[in-house]
Amino acid sequence: MTSSEPIVSVRGLTKRFGDNEVLKGIDLDVRPGEVVVVMGPSGSGKTTLIRCLNLLEEPGSGTVRLCGNHVDCGTRQGGRRARAARIREIRRHSAMVFQQFNLFPHLTALQNVMEGPISVRNVPRAEAAELARRLLALVGLGDKCGCYPATLSGGQKQRVAIARALAMEPQVILFDEPTSALDPELHAEVLQVIRDLAGNGMTMVIVTHETAFARDVADRVVFMDGGHVIEEAPPQRFFTAPAHPRVQAFLRLIGPSHNGRPSPENVERT
Amino acid sequence: MDLLVDSFPDLLTGLVVTLLLGVVSFILGSGLGAAIVLAKISGNRVLSAVATAYVSVFRGTPLLIQIMIIYFGLPQIGLEIPPIPSAIIAFTLFTAAYLSENFRAGILGVDKGQWEAAASMAMPYGKTLRRVIFPQAIRIALPPVGSRFIALMKDTSLASAVTVVELTRVAEGIGTSTFRYMDALLIVGLMYWLINTLLQVGQQALERRMRKAYA
Repeated sequence: MTSSEPIVSVRGLTKRFGDNEVLKGIDLDVRPGEVVVVMGPSGSGKTTLIRCLNLLEEPGSGTVRLCGNHVDCGTRQGGRRARAARIREIRRHSAMVFQQFNLFPHLTALQNVMEGPISVRNVPRAEAAELARRLLALVGLGDKCGCYPATLSGGQKQRVAIARALAMEPQVILFDEPTSALDPELHAEVLQVIRDLAGNGMTMVIVTHETAFARDVADRVVFMDGGHVIEEAPPQRFFTAPAHPRVQAFLRLIGPSHNGRPSPENVERT
Repeated sequence: MDLLVDSFPDLLTGLVVTLLLGVVSFILGSGLGAAIVLAKISGNRVLSAVATAYVSVFRGTPLLIQIMIIYFGLPQIGLEIPPIPSAIIAFTLFTAAYLSENFRAGILGVDKGQWEAAASMAMPYGKTLRRVIFPQAIRIALPPVGSRFIALMKDTSLASAVTVVELTRVAEGIGTSTFRYMDALLIVGLMYWLINTLLQVGQQALERRMRKAYA
């Protein structure tokens, strides 16, 4: 695999829940070290898309390729076992950070981070504990190792969740609205951790409404609406000169205050 | 008081048999109940249907009928089982049906996000159950499971119908030989109540311990 070959590659992805067609043919590539931010109005399919990337949702059709593991959706593709093994490989090389954290409440912060290495990567316990301690320190929670999730703030929980994701040594981390369940004053600490990861070259796909953050860390912003990707651009262009009228309207609605600097165009239209 | 002294050896024997019936049946019933719930949630249609049918039958018929079928009915088809094993088998089968439903409620009570978190880290199904789901499900299921244990302790009195000399049968015996039914039944009733009070204290202690992580 050359360095320019995408880590994540999705072609023609569709997904429907009953009568509701949520994804209508998505193509997306994420290259190593790239940070892709997915934005869009609610109901546009962003969360479904990111959950399809590691097959938490099973797409109706299309292909998902992650680190060389290829799944053809909507087909039997050589038997259930082989397919399950491929899905497991995809999940092993990716990690997910959830909106609701989904920490294991019966385990301490340290045990939460150790769990993946021990029960999936077969790392010896002592080594896993050391790794977990290091990762918790990395997200600024070195002093919270023995705490249960219930005693942590939302921001701290999400940082534990990020440490837990890192413990899987993933090739790519998927973030599903990582700050949406947090009180506003707790957003910064979580976003800072993600910023640091971006600075260290971690490949990430992030669904978020945080425009200022997207402007800072994204290499590319993908805008979804009605189950389609309707705009894909570097943040500079995305926020100042979006091509699609739907994106222009969206950016106007979420307001120049979120945007930092309003573009002249935005001002004259409001 | 003299009655208590005179019948002490009989009461002690009855107490031991009652505890034996209750504790052994509860342990075996828990194991069987766990197997039933695993079958039920396995996603395998046949296993799941068998589990559902099992619960329907053993929860839907009187325990006394089940005991009598095993002790009086089975010998007619050539299967003779002594009284105490008969009773334990019946209590186990009956309790398993209820416990499997308590366990299932516990498993369903675990947040869906926990399954997803485990799946997203590629944790195999068995490990997900053992390390993520069960520890949380047990906590949710503990109150109804405790109630089931207490109910079982009282239900063991039905073993007297198949000649097992447990507490209830002992009380009957004392009543018959001394004509002091009231005293004998009150003493034995009090003993059941003491056993179950201890069980309840134990359950509360367990609940407190499991709550610790959830502060």
